[in-house]
Amino acid sequence: MATRIGRREFLAGTAGAMAVATLPAPAISQSKPVHIGLLTVKTGPLAAGGIHTGGNPAGTKTKTQELVERDHVDMIFGPLAAFELLAITDYAAQAKMPILSLAAAEDMTQRRPNPYFVRASATSSQNMHPLADYAAKELKFKRVITIADDFAFGHEQMAGFQRVFEDAGGRVVKKLWPPLVTPDYTPYLAQISGVDAVVQGFAGSNPLKFMKQYQDQGLKLPVLGGGPAGDEALLKSYGDEAVGMISVSAYTGDLDTPSNKRFIDGIVRDYGNIPGLYAAGLYINGMVAEAALEKTGGKTDDREAFIRALRAVALVDTPRGPFSFDHFGNVVGTFYIRRCERKGDKLVNTTIKTYPKVSQFWTYDEKWFLAQPVYSRDYPPLKS
Amino acid sequence: MNLWLVLAVNSVTLGGLLFLLSAGFSLIFGLMKIPNLTHGSFFMLGAYLATSLIAHGVDFWTAAVVGGLLVAVFGGIVERLILRRLAGAELAQVLVTLGLSFMIADVCLMVWTGDPIRIATPSALRGATSVAGLGFPTYRLAISLIAVVFAVALWALLDRTRLGAMIRAGVDDPAMARVVGIRVSRLFTVVFCLGAWLAGFAGVIGGPILSVYPGLDGEMLPLALVVVILGGSGSLLGSLVGSFVVGFLYNFGQAMFPELAYVVLFLPMLIVLVVRPQGLFGRPAA
Repeated sequence: MATRIGRREFLAGTAGAMAVATLPAPAISQSKPVHIGLLTVKTGPLAAGGIHTGGNPAGTKTKTQELVERDHVDMIFGPLAAFELLAITDYAAQAKMPILSLAAAEDMTQRRPNPYFVRASATSSQNMHPLADYAAKELKFKRVITIADDFAFGHEQMAGFQRVFEDAGGRVVKKLWPPLVTPDYTPYLAQISGVDAVVQGFAGSNPLKFMKQYQDQGLKLPVLGGGPAGDEALLKSYGDEAVGMISVSAYTGDLDTPSNKRFIDGIVRDYGNIPGLYAAGLYINGMVAEAALEKTGGKTDDREAFIRALRAVALVDTPRGPFSFDHFGNVVGTFYIRRCERKGDKLVNTTIKTYPKVSQFWTYDEKWFLAQPVYSRDYPPLKS
Repeated sequence: MNLWLVLAVNSVTLGGLLFLLSAGFSLIFGLMKIPNLTHGSFFMLGAYLATSLIAHGVDFWTAAVVGGLLVAVFGGIVERLILRRLAGAELAQVLVTLGLSFMIADVCLMVWTGDPIRIATPSALRGATSVAGLGFPTYRLAISLIAVVFAVALWALLDRTRLGAMIRAGVDDPAMARVVGIRVSRLFTVVFCLGAWLAGFAGVIGGPILSVYPGLDGEMLPLALVVVILGGSGSLLGSLVGSFVVGFLYNFGQAMFPELAYVVLFLPMLIVLVVRPQGLFGRPAA
């Protein structure tokens, strides 16, 4: 039933899109149907996520108010971009509106927590910590250059990579930040040399453009990528330039569980597309909502009880494997390191290492972690 | 140092692509005084149409020409049905073309979905060519060559043919051109279609480098605007020089001052607008 939310029956709009989906209340309950508001982006470089809102914080806030005050939704799924989430978080907390978001902004579950917030996907760096561990310990890389979109998601990803990679003895020698809108990456590619590998943290359609130009430029260094870079939904758009790319994700298409199989089969049947990270994220949010509703008997009136139920959800068979939430409402779950391979005429990700029960704080002490500045463009600084 | 050479060569290749994109914009603006904000959409639409053609087995170059033609037909319809009625009303033209660009973007999103689509590099041009001991993507070098060929062809068209003479007459003094019997109205349609074709063709040619995705239109339009403002509207030479200037500004700006990449790109435009509003090669407004 949760897949209904994935449908693209959104109201059209260039600034943002929203929709209200109705979940049939669980059978155990006689109460009214549950309404879920969905905030998403449909334009701009991020539209590849398929579930986005135009990159417009003011627009996002207006849409959120409509969902809360006019449509009286019981919870909101989305938004995707961090700045959109930051634009609505205070308002949503005031309205005691539970948000199940895929946005990765670190501080939403760290230094600026919102008690009504639940994130079953990952923080920006939660992906990158295990990837950095793998790069340093298994691949034995010593020196890397990072390159990512010049916005918060890129900054936080690369900072997380840098901390773990350098704590494991590696060194980030250069960090490149092309603007989110960059038609030609060559000026940056020309600066890449003298390292063991390149770590890219691009999102949306940018990873595709980057990899193509990387290959055209004749660069042969191994490429490591974040969740969006190796996303299953993007693989059909790649050519051979992506073969060999190692990426990390909270969701992997090759996870062999009954629920992942059901999920993929369902999406392929209904939409004819291989689903990726974002579709899986929404589907999993649906599972979380369903599990919480079962516990409250379908009631959402008592927001405090409902949010407690949401955060207490711990699932075993999901498309991303087993997970639970920490006391900030952020996921503690499995992360997968995959290598992109060609199988027949298709590209697929093959899991090469699994990191179970990864917390947003990695192996660091939570108090210590939170006492450090939030990950950013210049933190941790480059070692000279 | 290698970095500088790589950047220099890449500046030329990006300049080539920008010329293909902006020559049409410049012609349309120079002749018809229409600031055509759908130009980026034409670029994107051409690329999208080509992906569909290629998926049906059409080869890359044919897809580029045909994709451009389809965009030209669409451009002709837009010009005949809409822009024609707004002659002289610049604000209305800006708003209409801007609105159209949003509509085109929405339709493209519906038809080709939000997933980026890759256009494969033609097989003959894959790989790298050695220039001064450094490898450069062959395809990019080919784009520069295509741009030069188009520059010469367009120059010949404008300078050596009857149609070109009529277009120039129309640019210089439309009222007088009408008086001497030039059908300026038909000329407008021809030029608009030609401009749209160039944009659509450029979109396909740029495809193997940029791929196609929602928002590509909005990325390319400002570059075309900068080129035309720098070079001067209605001037082919202006477009050519402007394209290469922007190619260099873009490459060296992003490599040397990444934080100020847009400042480096747009500051020269502001200076030109203030100091020499007609652009480097444009003629001052009468």
